Amino acid sequence: MRRSPPTPVKSISRRDVLKSLTMGVVAGSVLRVIPAEAAEFAHQAIATEKAASGGVYTPKYFSAQQYKLLQTLCQTIIPPDERSGGAIEAGAPQFIDLLTQENPDYQLMLGGGMMWLDSTCNDRYGKPYLDCAPDQQSQVLDLIAFRKNAKTDPSLGAGVEFFAFLRNLTADGYFTSEIGIKDLQYIGNTYMKDFLGCPPVPEM
Amino acid sequence: MPEINRPPKVYDVCVIGSGAGGGQAAKVLTEGGLSVVMLEAGPDLHPEQDFKEHFWPYDLPHRGAGVGGRLRNEINDEFMAPNGAWEIEGEPYTMAPGSRFHWFRSRIVGGRTNHWGRIALRFAPADFKARSTDGMGDDWPITYDDLAPYYDKVESYIGVFGTRENIVSAPDGVFLPPPKMRCTETIVKKSCDSLGIHCIPSRLAILTKPLNGRPACHYCAQCGRGCVTASNFSSSQVLLPRAQATGRFTLITGAMAREIVVGKDGKAEAVSYIDKKTRTEQRVRARAIVLAASACETARLLLNSKSTLFPDGLANSSGVVGRYLTDSVGSSATGYFPQLSKMPPHNHDGVGGMHMYIPWWKYNRKNEFLRGYHIEFDGGRFMPGVGTFDYACDLHEGYGAALKQNCRSMYGTLIGFEGRGEMIPNEHTYCDIDPAVVDEWGIPVLRFHWQWTDNEIRMARDMQETFQAIVENAGGTFITKARSDGARPYGITDGGVIIHELGTVRMGASPKTSALNSHCQAHDVKNLFVADAAPFVTNPDKNPTLTILALSWRTSDYLLEQAKKGNL
Repeated sequence: MRRSPPTPVKSISRRDVLKSLTMGVVAGSVLRVIPAEAAEFAHQAIATEKAASGGVYTPKYFSAQQYKLLQTLCQTIIPPDERSGGAIEAGAPQFIDLLTQENPDYQLMLGGGMMWLDSTCNDRYGKPYLDCAPDQQSQVLDLIAFRKNAKTDPSLGAGVEFFAFLRNLTADGYFTSEIGIKDLQYIGNTYMKDFLGCPPVPEM
Repeated sequence: MPEINRPPKVYDVCVIGSGAGGGQAAKVLTEGGLSVVMLEAGPDLHPEQDFKEHFWPYDLPHRGAGVGGRLRNEINDEFMAPNGAWEIEGEPYTMAPGSRFHWFRSRIVGGRTNHWGRIALRFAPADFKARSTDGMGDDWPITYDDLAPYYDKVESYIGVFGTRENIVSAPDGVFLPPPKMRCTETIVKKSCDSLGIHCIPSRLAILTKPLNGRPACHYCAQCGRGCVTASNFSSSQVLLPRAQATGRFTLITGAMAREIVVGKDGKAEAVSYIDKKTRTEQRVRARAIVLAASACETARLLLNSKSTLFPDGLANSSGVVGRYLTDSVGSSATGYFPQLSKMPPHNHDGVGGMHMYIPWWKYNRKNEFLRGYHIEFDGGRFMPGVGTFDYACDLHEGYGAALKQNCRSMYGTLIGFEGRGEMIPNEHTYCDIDPAVVDEWGIPVLRFHWQWTDNEIRMARDMQETFQAIVENAGGTFITKARSDGARPYGITDGGVIIHELGTVRMGASPKTSALNSHCQAHDVKNLFVADAAPFVTNPDKNPTLTILALSWRTSDYLLEQAKKGNL
């Protein structure tokens, strides 16, 4: 169970907060400190505002076709299950697209990796990854999802490196999202009057 | 040369640098009645706008990874308080062939205190008596008893939590109550207890009770992001506002000090600096100068302040400026503790740092190396961030429902251990001016020479063995595989990486072997003082900040007294 955020110590309006954020701090006090209540309110306000954004996403770096492939791979790496949504719901592809647009190394690793994946599928099944049957897709992913396969078949090396990189970034995107953090049942990032310590640790 | 403006105003003191040492000096000197002008190479800090405390990773499009993912797995992720960097564009430094050194430089009001670990450990009596104790290095010209009253004053003022333990290597201080243990800490503590290793509440400059107008910590674990309630200590939020309140304090930001100007009488009379915004040279005049630019920047400034009177640089007739450079010996490891995966979800955040730590415990026995180290450790169910699951992904590989479940079950089960040990100065480790390179302000840059000795490598090996013993004794799996050979044997960090570099303008009784006297006053120039960690004679297994604060306070008291007597 996730605890609900504590209620602010006393009632305070957004205007009060903004006022203390902009000038009250410096002028009113020797210390450049924001009153605890204002800080608490601001944190909640930020969270609420950020959560409200939405809309249709236009890829920044990848072509529409490549982005579709990226989305599919991300969702395969971290799929939805009974507890939570998957990588797409967590915004992982957007996050990866943004970083890739800004970083030539990522462009090479991911853009090149996806080309490699399609070429490999073309060689094996005569069509790119997205057009392959589900069992064909699983076959090729099972090859590149484990480093040991590159030891027995060095031609898989590039694919294995690509997939390991994408897996890390997908995990980043997933577990830093609102649903990913909820999935982990992380409790915190809040205003506590006291630190409660550790519940009993189960014996080994 | 660019046109030089000569403002008529003469301040009592010019302080160079706004971090722990500079902030402390500015507070004490202004409260003592002197006018102080402070030069800071970076911009001003605005906590209310600059801090990202309580943001979630998804509040930022890059989730903390920075543009192009370049801050992924860096200490300085997007959420950190404005602080410093390993590389600063336009301000290079160089390394002698075969040397590896990393120089973290802060360019911001408050310096490194904006995001330091708040670890506030006193040096022990033996730390001031190195040579008398084991024949290596040198003794300080002051003793623990000389500094103890200042440790008391600093702790009482900034607020440090901890407990009285009577451990010889880790003197007790004036402490606020410590926070309760986290789960990870109860496991390590239990393991240490049965191994005969001290594991005690840590000593951090974070308020567990309100103090001097600052509210107590609210346990969000985000000290490094900057604290909007200033419940942790920083120069920018705790010291400088006090100086400001006296009305005798002038802060000049974007001011890169270039040279200390000496008059015909051999006394320092002004500081030349580059105003970064206009790229012009400016000059500020003062009756006394306090250098607190960080150990290596302070040495650089002295070495670059050459004149007919001081051809080898200012305060350097001994030739020691830049020498005796040390950093902490660092080595780290990770343990996997499966029992943590069974923990019920709970708030694990706590303060922004460890609630428990391991002080040096083998001080009364013969070891395979001289001096000692302490161990910091952390881990558990903290807010996830980019890179948190790299290890789980690499370990389990695969994809799909199994990977998702593996990540979940590994969440919060890793504990990282970091040793912080004492390096003994050696003749191959120092910094000097690179004759061939200047920065974008035209200032000659530092060149670093670095070499660990066998003593430090044996210490790193001992750290690894201890980490492994603690992890395995607790039923965990020791994950780290540190090699005994190669460039970094036993995982020893490169020089500078622990960001405890110091000793470059050391104090001492003799002007022949030291640059500063026992008051951190230059032997050669009586109105010149150093208030950062450059004066330190040893670099014991305690983080330097608390001692910087205490020593700066002591130096400032002396400066005040001398100013009142008209001796400067």
